[in-house]
Amino acid sequence: MSTTHDVDARTGGAPTGTTAPARGPAEPGGRVPRPGHGERPPAPGTVRAALLVAEREVMAQVRSKSFLISTAVLLGAVLVSIVLGSVLGGRVDAERVAVVGSAASVVEDQEGLEPVEVADEAAAIALVESGEVSAAVLPADDDDAGAAVRIVALSENPSGLVMALAEQPEVELLEPPRADEAVRYLVSFGFGLVFLISATGFGSTIAQNTVQEKQSRVVELLLATVSARALLAGKILGNSVLAFTQTAAIAAVAVAALAVTGQDEVLGMVGAPLVWFVLFFLVGFVLLASIYAASASLVSRMEDVGTVLSPVMMLTMAPYFLVVFFNDNPTVLTIMSYVPFSAPVGMPVRLFLGEAAWWEPLVSLVVLGVTTVGVILLGATIYDRSLLRTGPRVRLREALGR
Amino acid sequence: MLVVDGIRRSFGDRLVLDDVGFTVERGRLTGFVGGNGAGKTTTMRIILGVLSADAGTVTLDGTRLGPDQRRLFGYMPEERGLYPKMKVAEQIAYLARLHGVDRTTATERAHALLERLGLGARADEPLENLSLGNQQRAQIAAALVHEPEVLVLDEPFSGLDPLAVDVVVGVLAEYAAGGAPVLFSSHQLDVVERLCDDLVIIADGRIRAAGPREQLRAAHSEPRWEIDSAGDVGWLRGVPGVEVLDFDGGWAVFTTADDAVAQGVLRRALDSAPVASFAPVRSTLAEIFREVVADRTPEEAVR
Repeated sequence: MSTTHDVDARTGGAPTGTTAPARGPAEPGGRVPRPGHGERPPAPGTVRAALLVAEREVMAQVRSKSFLISTAVLLGAVLVSIVLGSVLGGRVDAERVAVVGSAASVVEDQEGLEPVEVADEAAAIALVESGEVSAAVLPADDDDAGAAVRIVALSENPSGLVMALAEQPEVELLEPPRADEAVRYLVSFGFGLVFLISATGFGSTIAQNTVQEKQSRVVELLLATVSARALLAGKILGNSVLAFTQTAAIAAVAVAALAVTGQDEVLGMVGAPLVWFVLFFLVGFVLLASIYAASASLVSRMEDVGTVLSPVMMLTMAPYFLVVFFNDNPTVLTIMSYVPFSAPVGMPVRLFLGEAAWWEPLVSLVVLGVTTVGVILLGATIYDRSLLRTGPRVRLREALGR
Repeated sequence: MLVVDGIRRSFGDRLVLDDVGFTVERGRLTGFVGGNGAGKTTTMRIILGVLSADAGTVTLDGTRLGPDQRRLFGYMPEERGLYPKMKVAEQIAYLARLHGVDRTTATERAHALLERLGLGARADEPLENLSLGNQQRAQIAAALVHEPEVLVLDEPFSGLDPLAVDVVVGVLAEYAAGGAPVLFSSHQLDVVERLCDDLVIIADGRIRAAGPREQLRAAHSEPRWEIDSAGDVGWLRGVPGVEVLDFDGGWAVFTTADDAVAQGVLRRALDSAPVASFAPVRSTLAEIFREVVADRTPEEAVR
């Protein structure tokens, strides 16, 4: 072993105090790095770095079998439920309607309608109230300009009958209007479930990736290169793109299936709320995503992730349960449609039920947007401060204090 | 050159780094040694800005380190970190791209580097399929792929077989020869001893010794000689001023404060029997390390 040690560092001479290790072939690219001389690509800015991070998140998901399978299952379930609904719905018997006098001609020879002739208006209404017929077609009052008949129904709009009539007569409901209980329940349930599945699915992915990076210490390597904010932004962006794409795909499959199976009527009712749902989901997911990421950054091990995620999990599941249990309670739905965490489900359901004015989704969306910006800023602070803290769970107060 | 100065850092009430300061010269391999929990990793993380210091500065050629300077660093964290399910070459290329390298160049570089580190055949497998030693090589590739100008490596040799150690040593020496400051920590004192030009020894969060390796060796060695002769050297015990440390027939290690006495011993040995070797004994790094770390007063440590 050589013991001389007279190399002047400034001359850049090779160190001789070593058992000269076998020099490998030249550096890739054929050049040994020379500090201050090699041309170096400019460092990516926050946006570019975030895009790179987002790209990695998307690619990692798209290539994972579990993601592909779960997406296929989800889309398949939507498709099957709609097609099944159509097939079962198609077997419904012809709609029985009571007719009085001259009104009978209107209903005659109409497919899907079975007229029951009765003597007078009182008898017709008695049949409606007893539920034997779904509606009564009565001759129009003299003061009714234009319409030849008027229709009386119990508690739901006899849409089949109305559609069958060439002219659109006035409909008089004996009880306050209510959407079909079953459809109402199913659509609310659908919005709630899709939100629940997508938000928890992608939220958990964000949380897992965050903890995995922390646990495997990739994060030290990443943070030596890019800022925590760029990392967080990329993570949220990548997963939001995935979640949005998946939700939009579900919406597209639902619309296509409804159109193909000829359920234009449901489509007409669901179409606009569906567009709002996708829009609300996009913002609402970003809101939840930043909470998932910030929560997960508090712990260092996969085993601990469950505890920190339970609050945000509750927030994600709340709209689902609220909409399932309270979809016939306008007060609860109205509150839901403005609270940012439940608005993505609450507002589309209200729009579907026709209970919301045109400006309400806009106001709610603004509230959601503002909340999201605020939460992202807060989440970024927590993420930034706890990402490199390893060991026991970081207390929220520690992450936000000082 | 990289200068660490007056770094102080506490975790809660515990002071883990106390006025830590040393220099990593350009073109020199600087070994950073210390016991478990001495503060090596914390120091390296502070240099990389992954952790903040409570006080003190880190400068490169006089400039305080910011994100722009740190981007030129190649870093290998103590706990190895890469994505387990991502393909090896892909994640090395990803890290290069985060440094601003375009996709094509990044991919080429990743493959070339892995080839050189002996991982060429495994480049397209997920990291988790690789053995620990091979994951370690991938980690080294991750630290080098953006052609850094400063290297800070925490335990780069742990878990590597001797051949892999040689490959990595070759790469590090090449970087140093190119004029880069190279700082690495290691528990393997024999590797550090063989490889490094300068040494920094840390214990209990304080720098106990720092400087060129030979200087430290000289400073921490009692003058000792080793003699190997064909005849019995039992007479050594009777020489005034000589203390025999170890003895086995014709072989002995002895210490004496006076060079002239040692020369006298050699002459007498030559007169009595053929001498195969006679040489001063240098302390090994392990010995220096024990001595320096056991010595609790840093004032006595050589700077």
